[in-house]
Amino acid sequence: MGEADDGSKSKRVVFVTVGTTCFDSLVRAVDTQEVREALFKKGYTHLVIQMGRGSYIPTKSTGEDGSLSVDYFTFSSSIAEFLKSASLVISHAGSGSIFETLRLRKPLTVVVNEDLMDNHQSELAEELAERKHLFCARPQTLYETISAMDLILL
Amino acid sequence: PKIHKVFGMENRDGSFFSDMGCINASILLIIGASTLIVIRIFYIIYRSSKPLYSTPPGPLSTLIVLGSGGHTAEMLNLLAVMQMERFKPRYYIAAATDNMSLQKARALEDSLMQKSEVGLVGTSHFMQIYRSREVGQSYITSVGTTLIALTHALWLMIKIRPQVILCNGPGTCIPLCVIAFFFKAFGIRWSSIFYVESIARVRRLSLSGLLLYKLRMADQLFVQWPQLKSKYPRANYVGAEKVGNFLHHDLTNFQPM
Repeated sequence: MGEADDGSKSKRVVFVTVGTTCFDSLVRAVDTQEVREALFKKGYTHLVIQMGRGSYIPTKSTGEDGSLSVDYFTFSSSIAEFLKSASLVISHAGSGSIFETLRLRKPLTVVVNEDLMDNHQSELAEELAERKHLFCARPQTLYETISAMDLILL
Repeated sequence: PKIHKVFGMENRDGSFFSDMGCINASILLIIGASTLIVIRIFYIIYRSSKPLYSTPPGPLSTLIVLGSGGHTAEMLNLLAVMQMERFKPRYYIAAATDNMSLQKARALEDSLMQKSEVGLVGTSHFMQIYRSREVGQSYITSVGTTLIALTHALWLMIKIRPQVILCNGPGTCIPLCVIAFFFKAFGIRWSSIFYVESIARVRRLSLSGLLLYKLRMADQLFVQWPQLKSKYPRANYVGAEKVGNFLHHDLTNFQPM
């Protein structure tokens, strides 16, 4: 899978999307210090979070102090643009988000929402992870997945 | 008195026998009727699972049941690759609480209209249906709302009487499919039910898919993963990217009765 970025070598964006759902545990997980640092260590410079209907507000950061720049919004009509400009996508397990990202041939880590009642969403993510199309994680294992992530495997 | 007794006996026996005759007749009637119904249902199930006829038919009135979110997106992707001029008029149904799905269907219809010619104008209708139970609703009130939803579904089905029903879950499609099945049984309208299981279902069918499969109500049930095909052998396996083509092939070779 190609490691595309938006032209400038320096800016590498991680785009987090929860779609139309409320998935606070994912937003909280990417907002932790350890995940931010892990992403920064991997060479990503920007973290953009689409947080949907969630109520947990991540901490913004300009990234001027030589760390990851963090920004967020709730909804946008141009999710496709964010996906296109991303170097890595971290997404909820909705089939729409998964296939849209894979179609753009972007590296993808899917985080399964364990709070959902009838959780069939994990089926698709796990199957596609087995077929090496993406990485599959849970909110509490996101840090391990990102640290161990080797995009060449996709 | 002896004779009397005998006559009495006879009388009683007589009425007993005529009672028996009456009961026998009604039992026979019930058995006959239920046999006919059973035969009719088996015939419908048998006929439904048969490969479809190949005479080129005219346009088919089509009911498209939109779920919500991912389901709607999958359905509209499917429609986008089908030859829509064969399926008209098209009736889109979405849950009354779902504002997005019909908007998206309208957008698809608009783009179809722009892309092509006169043949498609005025062939699409958009409707909403009550859901039997909203998420989080209590079970006591849901008895009432289920009845309302069923009546509403019946009303819509009487109005539409579609020849083809396309659905991919979730539960909104079940009352409509059940009513369609009864329409078949009573000879009101023969509609073919095509169910496409969501691509998100890899190992287990959804509840809607499972119901239609077990009750043999769907004429064709498509699954998009090989694991499902091996678990539910009567399903049609089509790789995700090909569902549109296969469905289209089946539908174009479809001759309504």
